Amino acid sequence: MFEAIAFYLFAFLTISMFYIVVTTQQALYALTALAAGMIFISAFFFILGADFLGAVQIIVYTGAVMALYAFGMMFFDTTRDVKEKQGNKFIIVGLSTLSAVLVVLIVSAPIVSDNIVALYPVVDGIGNTQEVGVVLFTKYLIPFEVAAVMLLVAMVAGIVLAGKKMDLSLTLMNDAEIRELNEEKNKKELS
Amino acid sequence: MELFLYTALFAPFVGSLFAAIFGASPKTIIAGIIPSILLGVSLLSSTVLLVHVLSTGEAVHVEMMTWMHTGNLYIPFGFLVDQVSVTMMMVVTVVSTVVHVYAIGYMSHDKAFNRFFAWLSAFVFSMMILVMSDNFAGLFIGWEGVGVCSWALIGFWYHKESATWAANEAFIMNRIADLGMLIGIFLVYWNTGTLQYHEAFEAMKHLDTGILTTIGIFLFIGAMGKSAQFPLHTWLADAMEGPTPVSALIHAATMVTAGVYLVVRSNELYSLIPNVGLFIASLGAFVAVFAATMALVNRDIKRVIAYSTLSQLGYMFAAAGLGAYWVALFHLMAHAFFKALLFLGGGNVMHAMSDELDPFKMGGLGKTMKATMILMTLASVALAGLFPLAGFFSKDMILEAAFSEHHFIIYTVLLFTAGLTAFYSFRIIALIFHGEDRHTALGFHPHEAYPFMIKAMIPLAILAAIAGFARPYYFDMVIAVLPETEYHIHSAMTYWTMTIGTQLFVIAAIYFAYKKYMSSDIKVPDGTSEMENSFKYKLLINQYYIPYFYEEFLVKPYRALSRVFWKDIDMKIVDGTVDGIANIIYNTGENTRGMQSGNLSTMLKWMVAGLVILLSLAVIFGLTVKYSGV
Amino acid sequence: MEIGLSHYLVLSTILFAIGLVGVMKRKNLLLLFFSTEILLNSVNIAFAAISHYYGDLTGQMFAFFVIAIAASEVAVGLGLLIVWHKRHNNIDLDTMSSMKG
Repeated sequence: MFEAIAFYLFAFLTISMFYIVVTTQQALYALTALAAGMIFISAFFFILGADFLGAVQIIVYTGAVMALYAFGMMFFDTTRDVKEKQGNKFIIVGLSTLSAVLVVLIVSAPIVSDNIVALYPVVDGIGNTQEVGVVLFTKYLIPFEVAAVMLLVAMVAGIVLAGKKMDLSLTLMNDAEIRELNEEKNKKELS
Repeated sequence: MELFLYTALFAPFVGSLFAAIFGASPKTIIAGIIPSILLGVSLLSSTVLLVHVLSTGEAVHVEMMTWMHTGNLYIPFGFLVDQVSVTMMMVVTVVSTVVHVYAIGYMSHDKAFNRFFAWLSAFVFSMMILVMSDNFAGLFIGWEGVGVCSWALIGFWYHKESATWAANEAFIMNRIADLGMLIGIFLVYWNTGTLQYHEAFEAMKHLDTGILTTIGIFLFIGAMGKSAQFPLHTWLADAMEGPTPVSALIHAATMVTAGVYLVVRSNELYSLIPNVGLFIASLGAFVAVFAATMALVNRDIKRVIAYSTLSQLGYMFAAAGLGAYWVALFHLMAHAFFKALLFLGGGNVMHAMSDELDPFKMGGLGKTMKATMILMTLASVALAGLFPLAGFFSKDMILEAAFSEHHFIIYTVLLFTAGLTAFYSFRIIALIFHGEDRHTALGFHPHEAYPFMIKAMIPLAILAAIAGFARPYYFDMVIAVLPETEYHIHSAMTYWTMTIGTQLFVIAAIYFAYKKYMSSDIKVPDGTSEMENSFKYKLLINQYYIPYFYEEFLVKPYRALSRVFWKDIDMKIVDGTVDGIANIIYNTGENTRGMQSGNLSTMLKWMVAGLVILLSLAVIFGLTVKYSGV
Repeated sequence: MEIGLSHYLVLSTILFAIGLVGVMKRKNLLLLFFSTEILLNSVNIAFAAISHYYGDLTGQMFAFFVIAIAASEVAVGLGLLIVWHKRHNNIDLDTMSSMKG
């Protein structure tokens, strides 16, 4: 009973938060709602007994990713200039609903789920964190390492991409300086 | 002997290739001389082979190489020189050598001199393959080879529309007949399992008469096309559009006799089916008289000679159909000599008259062209069958054969035709060489041909004169392979009455021709005289309206049908389908180009649409697997 | 009232659909990234739920890797976003049409 109440409560909250994310005009609202949604999702992980995953969710998403987005937003005024004009709303909603219905059809129909046998069964009496650690560092060691390398590469790429000409800021320059900069750039492209 | 065989066969081929090298370059006399010399070599080799066959009585048989060998089918490039084929080889090489030498003079003013010799020698090579092959497949190669060379030579002056038309007519008519021939060959293989003459004829002795009749008829259809027998005869007269040496070589002496050769070669088959033989004989007799009547009124020298050829081919088929194969072959040989001579003489006249062919516009040419007159008169006497020239011996033998086989209708028809032959031959002789001079008034200044052309014709003249005396030797030779059928009229009285009667009849016809056409009141016909407006004359000059009939009832409906196929079926259905597919693809590209707007949002929408489609497919396949009971 | 696997899957699907709407609707590049985060998270819920109801840890493992990929995506994506903004002074999706065919 308690579980059901928790599920429906968090489900409602998550859906509301994400709905705000995709509808609001304010980037800051969207960012805040997204962070809240992430935390509510971690609640599901705790309900499902995946304690470590829940903790990771909070740390990585709400801690790292959201902070990254927040810093990114500081570089430019994201709310400016972007007009959210829409073509046909029916197409968007229709396509999304259709895909949702199809996914539900696939997972709810006992097509795939009939004969699934657990590869790495959950062992009772041991903490979730320990279990996860054992599996992750035995069976999934190589993917884990690959993921680590990938993160490193992404970090380097992020720094290189974002770090170019960090000392320049178009918003702080006056028009003459921008023109000069553009001319320089054109010259470089021509040569 | 193999060496001589290969020399005889391939020398014309080498000559053809040699002349073909110069095909695109300006006229060089060497392109005519070398093929002629090579043909002379071929003639010498054939003579050696003839002597060999005569002295030993054995056939020379070689297998050059295997052509096809799959399963039970075995066809080699095999060549057989026996008594029949050596006769044909002699005819072909003698006539073609003479014609080659003659053509050096005749074609000397033609721009395409080199091309002419390339084709002419290629023709001789094909003809040699035709007569020397030891199986039906090789025969068919030669058969088609002479067909294509004939096409190229009839249409030699391709800038003239009438020439190309005649070439195509000849080719298409031969194709129709060749289909029959091909079916015949297939039936031979189907029923006997081999195409080698010897084995096939051996196997045929045990076959059902019905099958043999079918084979015989289909093979004869092929022969009918090549030898221009009714109803496929119209191409031969039109083929006179080609240069005269071509007419002499191909459309008188050699190619058109290929049909006769086929029947003679298949004598073992036709001996088994006398009913088909009788049909062939009747058709031959019919064609003999049919063509002779058309020759009576025609006003074109070459066409008259062409009809005469047709008529003589009828004689040959009549003889072959009656089982007198050796007589048919003998007449073939004699006819080749005097008919080629006649054509070459006609060529001289034509040259002298600047390509004018109407004998009514000539007259009195004998004064300026004495040699030609003598040669042509000799050839005509031989053609008419007067003693002691070649025609007498061969044609008389056919009449005797018909008489002693008790086919009196055929005999009567052939006898009547002999009279007609004499009449029309001397009609043109009289009109050309004798009588009033009608050409000077029309502005012609005739001159005799080059002396070497006349000299080249002399061997033919000699052969036309004396070939008849070779009959006993010839008979002794060919009975090795052909049925030994001697024809003797039972009573000497009947025999002499017949022979002398025939001679008198022919002489009377000649006299009548001279009397009628040497008179001084012969005018160039202008379509006003009473005779020209009579129904008989119109029927004959229009070739019994058969070309008209073909045009109206075969060509025009066929053209209409082709048009329907072209406009409706090809353009609308076939092309429409192809264009439709192209248009679908084009329109798909045109309409979906909007997708590639470069707008990321639009692309994301399409991505989701693709996702939906894939998910639907997953559902559909999943359900299919689940409910299909697998 | 028992909460089963289906409930979680339906929830996951609903969130996924919301994410898709965002992906298609948003013209602001930053908010587009937010939408992709929603898509990834909805899948994570499904993984965790399946892992729980089948007693198999594989689902959770995949959820970890998804999180790792999401983090790298954010790092690279934000870097590109900043470069683009510096060059063109906006992050409107409709102005990005250099891939026009």
